[in-house]
Amino acid sequence: MSVLLDRNTRLIVQGLTGREGTFHAKAAAAYGTSVVGGVTPGKGGTVHEGWPVFNSVHDAVRETGANATVIFVPPAFAADAIMEAADAETPLAVCITEGIPTLDMLKVITFMEGRRTRLIGPNCPGVITAGQAKAGIIPGHICREGRIGIVSKSGTLTYEAIHQLSKQGMGQTTCIGIGGDPLIGTSFIDALTLFAADPDTEAVVMIGEIGGTAEEEAAAFIKRAFNKPVVGFIAGQTAPPGRRMGHAGAIIAGGQGTAAEKMSALTRAGVHVVKSPADMGAKMREALGR
Amino acid sequence: MKIHEYQAKSVLARFGVPVPRGEVAFSPAEAGDIARRLGGDIVVVKSQIHAGGRGKGGGVKVARSAAEGEQIAKQMLGMTLVTHQTGPEGKKVGRVLIEEGLQIDRELYLSVVIDRASASPVVIASAAGGMDIEEVAASDPDKILKEKINAGTGVVAFQARKLAFGMGLPTASVSKFVKLLDSVYRAFIETDASMIEINPLILTKGGDLLALDAKVSFDDNALYRHPDLKELRDVSEEDPLEVEASKFSLNYIRLDGNIGCMVNGAGLAMATMDIIKLAGGEPANFLDVGGGANADQIKNAFRILMADKNVKAVLINIFGGILRCDVLAQGVIAAVTELGVRVPIVIRMEGTNVEEGKRLLRESGLNFTTSDAMGEAAEKVVALAGQAQSQPQSQLANQKS
Repeated sequence: MSVLLDRNTRLIVQGLTGREGTFHAKAAAAYGTSVVGGVTPGKGGTVHEGWPVFNSVHDAVRETGANATVIFVPPAFAADAIMEAADAETPLAVCITEGIPTLDMLKVITFMEGRRTRLIGPNCPGVITAGQAKAGIIPGHICREGRIGIVSKSGTLTYEAIHQLSKQGMGQTTCIGIGGDPLIGTSFIDALTLFAADPDTEAVVMIGEIGGTAEEEAAAFIKRAFNKPVVGFIAGQTAPPGRRMGHAGAIIAGGQGTAAEKMSALTRAGVHVVKSPADMGAKMREALGR
Repeated sequence: MKIHEYQAKSVLARFGVPVPRGEVAFSPAEAGDIARRLGGDIVVVKSQIHAGGRGKGGGVKVARSAAEGEQIAKQMLGMTLVTHQTGPEGKKVGRVLIEEGLQIDRELYLSVVIDRASASPVVIASAAGGMDIEEVAASDPDKILKEKINAGTGVVAFQARKLAFGMGLPTASVSKFVKLLDSVYRAFIETDASMIEINPLILTKGGDLLALDAKVSFDDNALYRHPDLKELRDVSEEDPLEVEASKFSLNYIRLDGNIGCMVNGAGLAMATMDIIKLAGGEPANFLDVGGGANADQIKNAFRILMADKNVKAVLINIFGGILRCDVLAQGVIAAVTELGVRVPIVIRMEGTNVEEGKRLLRESGLNFTTSDAMGEAAEKVVALAGQAQSQPQSQLANQKS
């Protein structure tokens, strides 16, 4: 088993005909994902790289039986694309787009209340289930099949974690990039809840960063309800307050959101917190007693 | 994007928020003219910089006449103002706001931000205005009132009344607060603000409410749909290297250390700063070149990185996903050759086409130190920066590592 994605996933790509959409649709298909079509409003009825293109997500879902969508749409149109996916009741929507205005995401989150679509992202590298399927931009060749789940706010730092685990002989179940924006669809807690229910996931690497309180909330959840070993790292221990560190959400504001606070909350919750990003893999080995 | 107080007030006024009468001046003569136009016994001269704590730093002064106002403006314009938010180097004052003096009865606090945990806008109000709200939150948390706003309805009047009564406003002023908060919230939504803070919001002896100070910042991601607000940017308030980097979509933040970093991805870039510090060094910057960087962008990144004269060594940490290691290596080699970079460079790369990338670096004939592990790379660059700090520049060029 795994979470979110597997061999049975039927994926469509919103923004398929764009440069990014095309590139990553091909990469996903090459990894073994069943990519079944794409959506580009106005290009419905055409065929792109062998895939049927539809005018709407509704059409694509009806014609292809898609049960997941990955969104590569420019920031100004991305909120619209997510809401369309939710309206078409796609169970999973993964939004890679960086730079969506916060108030657009506020609309998205309000719109999605009570709907059945799970949103991953935005501003994230997406999701990959090792050896089975991927929706997003995580390079498939660095993953190994195994029993560790990863949930992370950062893209390349996720790759780093995958690489360290693989080097230590530990493969992955599913790696979930939840994104670095202030408002996101799936939280650490949501991802941990999925991993808790997955018998194949034995332990989890959780990568947070400065800003907000999502890591503290996750710590409280882990203490209360999560029984698998967790290795944690928080990026931005040396970040100056009041500066936005690349990600829209990575900012220490009003004394809140520091790495020190997050690391201490996670440590108190029993998470194996590493100070150095180079130690994630080794720490996992240690946590599993191998 | 941050803007000046006078700009923030003019944005708020557009939405019907009452603000004191006043205008911005770029010269003492202008300041005098404005003060004369305002009339009255008192004018206030406020230096305009993107930092708080101006009052304590001598950046806000009261004048008893237009002539005195002009005199104060003359002293302020061009001076370097140091506050607890500017850092020790301070900020140069290039403009002053000349405002009417008002009879203040009480000072309140009002702000609107997005609460990430509940994914909703939240209004924060306090009767303890005029001071640092973080201090109030720490010392007197009961004095901070919060109302979550439903994005669909906006502020409902009862929520505004709840805050007004909670702050102990006189009954006659409550309806004025309801109207003011409605205006502030509309300004927040319609300008795609990331924060509006009015501190203090004053209650005058006559029972009126006015924004005596205002801080507004906008969501950078939404500026594309507000060309008028984009015009309010004052680049003289920003670090020149950061301004330069932004032209090439590079995320660069200047810091105090001597180890330059070039990384792809914001999280890994922060983690690289962290690991440099753990190895005993100090990062000179945060620099995320992004996922799809090409050779040209690597060159621009290098140019900006090296423009900081404090940089004694550089750590390049790249995890190649879409960005291939061989492309990165070509970019680095070209940049180092063209720009004549002389400081030691440690490169750690991993991921797509890493072997080809390493071969290119090895065969370039240039002085690179490579490392396969992040921790080791950090230790190497810290050691090299330490050596460079204690050696004259000319010897470095000949030193092979």
